Amino acid sequence: MTANRLTAIAAWTLAGLWLAPLIFALWAAFHPFAFSTRFDPFAPLTLENFVSAWNAAPFARYFLNTFLVITMTLAAQLVICSLAAYAFARYRFLGRNLFFSLILVQLLIMPNMLIVENYRTTAALGLVNHLLAVGLPYFASAFGVFLLRQTFMSVPKELEEAARIEGAGPIAVLRRVYLPLARPVLIAYGLVSVSFHWNDFLWPLIVTNTTASRVLTVGLQVFSTADQGVNWSVISAAALMTSAPLLLAFLIFQRQFVQSFMRAGIR
Amino acid sequence: MAVIAPTLPRVRAFRLGDHVVAWALIAPALLFLVVFTLYPAAATLVQSLYSTPLAHRPSHFIGLAHFRQMIADPTFREVLANNLLYAAGSIPLSVALALAMALLVDARIPGRGFARMAYFTPTVLPLIAAANIWLFFYTPGYGLLDQLLNRLGLPGVNWLGEPATALWAVTMVAIWKQAGFFMIFYLAALQQIPPSLREAAAVEGASRWHSFRRVTLPLLGPTTLFVLVNAVIGAFSLVDSLFVLTQGGPDNASNLLLYYIYQTAFQYWDGGYAAALTVVLVAILALAALAQFLFIGRRTHYR
Repeated sequence: MTANRLTAIAAWTLAGLWLAPLIFALWAAFHPFAFSTRFDPFAPLTLENFVSAWNAAPFARYFLNTFLVITMTLAAQLVICSLAAYAFARYRFLGRNLFFSLILVQLLIMPNMLIVENYRTTAALGLVNHLLAVGLPYFASAFGVFLLRQTFMSVPKELEEAARIEGAGPIAVLRRVYLPLARPVLIAYGLVSVSFHWNDFLWPLIVTNTTASRVLTVGLQVFSTADQGVNWSVISAAALMTSAPLLLAFLIFQRQFVQSFMRAGIR
Repeated sequence: MAVIAPTLPRVRAFRLGDHVVAWALIAPALLFLVVFTLYPAAATLVQSLYSTPLAHRPSHFIGLAHFRQMIADPTFREVLANNLLYAAGSIPLSVALALAMALLVDARIPGRGFARMAYFTPTVLPLIAAANIWLFFYTPGYGLLDQLLNRLGLPGVNWLGEPATALWAVTMVAIWKQAGFFMIFYLAALQQIPPSLREAAAVEGASRWHSFRRVTLPLLGPTTLFVLVNAVIGAFSLVDSLFVLTQGGPDNASNLLLYYIYQTAFQYWDGGYAAALTVVLVAILALAALAQFLFIGRRTHYR
């Protein structure tokens, strides 16, 4: 069993390396600045860095904005993608293959790469510095349509026919037959979408320039470049604070997260 | 009731109503897709052929002038070379590490749940927050890497300030961020390999390495290609860390294509040239997609 022991040691070493940045950030954030790179086990613990960070920038507003953006985006994605996925899974209609190929284009060219033209469109719609603009380009997600279509195709047709006999229309069939059966995939998609939009930076940076419209990632960047000089302890505290909800959710629902990303990847 | 069921046709008759319902169902998705992906992609192509409007001179057709400008632009050449190096460094390393991680946590070892969590954590950390933490590592004199070097009696290195190291420092962050994400796909694929295959190899006396090379690795082929395409997209779209670490510097030594597009469009306000640069970015990604199509086709769809 020495091979197994070697495997374990390799796995733990790599795990230590991978967690090191996070561990150092935790160290710096919870100790006074003087101890930020002095690893004295008896260094006093403090929450002062978090208090300073919180007071130095409108993080409460940034949290609210991020929360609103991801909620709005996910809600829109779930509705828009399940409608389209249902049509592609169960209807044969004129232009079906053409439209499906057009949607798949977005798997490759994502809206956040076409920043010049999408900024122009957003400006023309008068949405610069609106929270809506941060989520809008992502409302139709090719990935969501693709994932849900695969899932809906595996639902037995007999279930839909039974509902149709009872007089259910397409929306009722989608709501009562397909969506309940697709729940694990919807959750998987939701977790992937929330992590993506929580982390998104470039597009929100471009379309927002006011405190009222900035999301956490942009707020953190503004905060750490403008105000802080080199106070690592406060910057570490701010960085951890902005990641904390997602990180804690991940630690608590680790299995669901990992399985969701797996489920979303196997297509 | 039992009499009615068998007489129902399996596939409902074709009616105009079905087309209309289907179009209505896909209409919202198509609308957003057209407005924020297809139209901007086409408009970018058109805009790349027009000059950037100036106060005294409105936008006019200039043909391929932007692309000629690009060939003569030393910054563009440096940025493209950097991005290719960034891809050449981050793609193989993060994919190989991802495979190694998946194999490590697929083995029956104590603490595998912990190791899997550790590898995956960077995926859920915002890159902008993570980059701030990495800045702490790289800072000259005071940062952790330099402290480590000093303890070994070596002089410090200004990792982000030296043209020779800045790009590699940024590449390291990309590898760290992505490897655990790619690991997930390998882990999923490993769990789908029937244990009987590896047992059969073991019965025939194959060594661990032999069984890995002859049985496991070929079965992971489609996953590898899927991961590779994602890694290519990442290598050309993951630029958030530049905003924190180097701003593309020193002197463009760590600048990447999408970041240069951002600078051109939103710092130098040269929309036409930025559009032409975007055309190059999209062309590179389209080539990667074509490669995926030629090499894998539909084989990744193993469900």
